[in-house]
Amino acid sequence: MSDQGPSGLNSSRRDFLVKMAQGAAIAGTGGLLWGYLLRNEARAAPYALRPPGALAEDDFNAACIKCGQCVNDCPPHILKLQPSGGTLPIGMPFYTPRTGACIMCPDIPCMKACPTGALSPKLKNINDSRMGLAVIDIENCLSYKGLRCEICHRVCPLKGKAISLEPHPRQISKHAMFIPLVHSDACTGCGICEKACPTEVAAIRILPHKLVQGKIGEHYRLGWTFDTEITQDFKPVEAAPAPAADAPVPKTAPGMDYLNEGGL
Amino acid sequence: MSTPENTVSRRAPPEGAKQDLGRLGVFVESAQSSLGKGADALASVEKLHNRTLGARVWSWRYIILRRVSQFGFLLLFFGTAHWGWQVAKKVPLLTGNLSASKFIGLIPLTDPFAALQIFLTGHALQQQSLIGAAIVLGIYLLIGGRVFCAWVCPVNVVTDGAAWLRNKLGIQPIFHLPRTLRYFILVAALLITVITGLAAFEWVSPIGMAHREIIFGLGLGFTALLAIFLFDLLILKNGWCGHLCPLGAFYSLIGKTALLRVRFDKNTCTRCGECARVCPEPQVLNLKKLDERGYVFSGECSNCGRCTPICPEGSLKFDFKPLIRGHNVQADAIAVQRRTR
Repeated sequence: MSDQGPSGLNSSRRDFLVKMAQGAAIAGTGGLLWGYLLRNEARAAPYALRPPGALAEDDFNAACIKCGQCVNDCPPHILKLQPSGGTLPIGMPFYTPRTGACIMCPDIPCMKACPTGALSPKLKNINDSRMGLAVIDIENCLSYKGLRCEICHRVCPLKGKAISLEPHPRQISKHAMFIPLVHSDACTGCGICEKACPTEVAAIRILPHKLVQGKIGEHYRLGWTFDTEITQDFKPVEAAPAPAADAPVPKTAPGMDYLNEGGL
Repeated sequence: MSTPENTVSRRAPPEGAKQDLGRLGVFVESAQSSLGKGADALASVEKLHNRTLGARVWSWRYIILRRVSQFGFLLLFFGTAHWGWQVAKKVPLLTGNLSASKFIGLIPLTDPFAALQIFLTGHALQQQSLIGAAIVLGIYLLIGGRVFCAWVCPVNVVTDGAAWLRNKLGIQPIFHLPRTLRYFILVAALLITVITGLAAFEWVSPIGMAHREIIFGLGLGFTALLAIFLFDLLILKNGWCGHLCPLGAFYSLIGKTALLRVRFDKNTCTRCGECARVCPEPQVLNLKKLDERGYVFSGECSNCGRCTPICPEGSLKFDFKPLIRGHNVQADAIAVQRRTR
């Protein structure tokens, strides 16, 4: 009886604390599980090709409301929302260039349809979009085998800027190779090249920049790309204005008698 | 025109055997009322069982309307996505899905809960989705937040089916969960959204999954529906909609001040309990509290319209909140007149 009173009080407080702890444990484990599910689902995001104007990966994951209005408004119907249980994060738009490439509509209807700004309205010109980057498998590219394929170059909406054709002369008995070269400063990643590539499995394909693009780093100083005190002396002289027709022809080109005139 | 006195006087002269029987019934009923409430209630239940087939079918009107509404919304989205439904050239009818949509290319609609989550990830929402969320919020503030649950949400079809089958098979519960659990899940969803930077419920929502995949291509979303069906059928009665769904919890909070309500007339109610038997959220039909307020005031009521047609005395009716007091005052007056006569 004597310890009933105080222990009764204590035990009710104890019960309360235990209840609180139990509640916290349920919330904690549930929350952890939920958070794990989310992170796990978002993990595949780097492999996705998003519509033009898509924010950077994490921001896009946060901002996309999964409504599919971009899918509705895509004229060539290439966009899909990832169904659950697929390889990409759930419910967000993506395209597969091999089966459906972005046709780069100048008015960017998919971006305009986006209600949240996950496809950013900052994109004004479709040529500035960077959905992905074309990458060439040089082992399987027909052009690298010496065939005059060049299809990717010809179908490229930014032909000459995003994909250029570089002639590579070979021995005398073989004709030159004309090999496609992708320029990341112009390639939008639309995927028209991948769709058009005639090899059984596309030898040129679009991949997210993050997966393929390197970075040279700040510490490499490519002296020939900018002027220094030393290099500016070796730069070719700017083309002088063409001499007037009646101007007297100088006896010698300037600088030719540099040594004889005691310039040293 | 027809004041209570009028109607009474018109009924007064007996016009046939049927009328006599009716009056006799009324007499018996009033005699029983002095014995106790149970007899009244039993009479009410009796009345319910003796309904004609027509009356029975008529009492399904809200369920039929709800199915039409639920499948209708789904069809509008589907038709726009797949069959290019449009109101004019290049003006699609209803693009998007329940997360966010655009009606006739003009009116944006956004799921306010999804918008809230995206806001909490730290993303500044664009004006369009804010306007859309405001419109949807405005509508549900007026007609009741959980009108979404009963009239729009596609999962409701599944859970209603499970509840119906569970009732038919008489499956007993394994355990009970508090119905307030959904509010904790709601808070958890918002917290996890802040912590992970991902809209926590939108990424795992079986509603979103199923709905999206019906419109935009099939995936494993139907397994989520199947899981909910089995959970509701075999494990917990009204388990998903009534205990777990944080979207329903969100709309319960929205619906607290809604104007469209089920009016409760305490004078005609015989406490038969038929309404609570069919109600998926029976805690909202706490008759003692309804006596005081005169209407179903809980935000958890989804205005599904199960109780209103089933009530044998017509004590539950849809009404607008500002009108309810007047109605009930009138009903009180009629009741007083009856008693004094």
